[in-house]
Amino acid sequence: MMLSIIVSLSLLCTLSVAADSVLLEKRSVYSNIIVKKSGSVVCLLFSVRKNQRNQSCINTRRPKAMVFAYTRMSMAALLFNDNPSNILVIGLGGGTLPTALSELYPQVEIDSIEIDPAVVSVAQEFFGYQLSNNQRIHTQDARIWVRRANLNKRRFDIIILDAFNGEYIPEHLMTEEFFTELNQMLTDDGVLISNTFSISALYDHESATYASVFGPFINFQLAESANRVVVAAKMEVSDEIIKARATTLQDQLRPYSVPIKRYAKLLIRQRGDDPDWDTQARILTDQYAPANLLKTR
Amino acid sequence: MGDLSLYTAPVIALIYTLAFLGGFVIMSLELLGGRILAPYFGSSIYVWGSIITIFMLSLASGYLLGGRWSMYNPSITKFSWIFVVAAICLYPLTLFAEPVMANIFNHVEDPRYGSLLASGILFIVPTVFLGMISPYSVRLLVDNVEHSGMVAGGLYFVSTLGSALGTLFTSFYFVLIFEINELLLCMVATLVILGLTGLTASKLVGLNTK
Repeated sequence: MMLSIIVSLSLLCTLSVAADSVLLEKRSVYSNIIVKKSGSVVCLLFSVRKNQRNQSCINTRRPKAMVFAYTRMSMAALLFNDNPSNILVIGLGGGTLPTALSELYPQVEIDSIEIDPAVVSVAQEFFGYQLSNNQRIHTQDARIWVRRANLNKRRFDIIILDAFNGEYIPEHLMTEEFFTELNQMLTDDGVLISNTFSISALYDHESATYASVFGPFINFQLAESANRVVVAAKMEVSDEIIKARATTLQDQLRPYSVPIKRYAKLLIRQRGDDPDWDTQARILTDQYAPANLLKTR
Repeated sequence: MGDLSLYTAPVIALIYTLAFLGGFVIMSLELLGGRILAPYFGSSIYVWGSIITIFMLSLASGYLLGGRWSMYNPSITKFSWIFVVAAICLYPLTLFAEPVMANIFNHVEDPRYGSLLASGILFIVPTVFLGMISPYSVRLLVDNVEHSGMVAGGLYFVSTLGSALGTLFTSFYFVLIFEINELLLCMVATLVILGLTGLTASKLVGLNTK
């Protein structure tokens, strides 16, 4: 564990030190946006705090290669649904995931939700995020968009929830009710991916909340990343199918630096794991949602 | 100072306490407003804009109405009824906030106007009554022009102090322990208890008019 923290810290340091040049500094209604370049790596950062974290990075020499473990891990969604027709991404960042997914599946309709219009323009200007008929952006609060989409009976094969990276958690996006709305929007063989924290008291509460809505889920963790990725598939997918899909996807995902065969092995192993959180932890609801206070505990 | 007020010290203290807790409830409610609206209208800056607008308008109307009403035979009994009525108006929030917001969400596309309308329907009535507390308490405690500024200042002080503490305790501690509806019910109970205390006091002291 200690080693993994050191490894991930040193990874972060190598990304943020070096000879940085600031390409853009922008204060939006929601955050302070900074785009930095160090060497060939361009990163999007929020806020100007000392321990600022890179939200999204792109290596301009190898634009497809995913810089962060959690982004690569999110691609594991394809092991649970390898033939998506509709994908929902909540929280755009640099648009790495929607861009990669549309390159892999040009015919797939991808809806992304991002509350901050400034982030959308940064994604387009610096990270190669391009809109098209199949690549749509909705600049709105995700809770509102999801509620409306549910009323319109929209369904998605893959939902990627990536809204919890910053210093501040939108608390209304981490409740039993919101997860239930997402669950309703999943197709019968749909899968929810949530990139979230693995530290602090919030871990117990958040995990218990996923479990209450999605039932048993895979708590996908890598030794080298401080994040964890929640994988909640609606339909049971056998080990054999997962392995077979990993083999098929392997070549396609190589340019994105996604070691999908290794992920498949880990996921198969980790899905049998007993909960490593306090299963009695109080569930987060619209009525009880002090996620940011719990995070500091 | 003996004839400064017709009320005895305990009654004066009671009026200050009522003003303090009235201020406490107002800001506690306003803060919870953001939480109540978030599942339907998000938590963007315009949601806070809606809530603050509605609270300011409601308090302004409450000040006006409370001041007017204090012209007609002001009494601790009537003052106490403000709390009871505010509690009665607050209670439906625990029952009907969800269906009201769902309905507005279905009919108003723009979340700015949706949140403004929802804040209006949910918060105007109880907040108008809560706004009546301050001017009415000034009327109860002022007995001559010379002291009126001092008395008003003192009452603004305690009620705004109450508001500050209501904000602090609700956002720092209460939300970590209680659900929103539990907090709303606590407010309803607090207001009812305050009202009944005032009514009892006015009966006991037998000093309803000045």
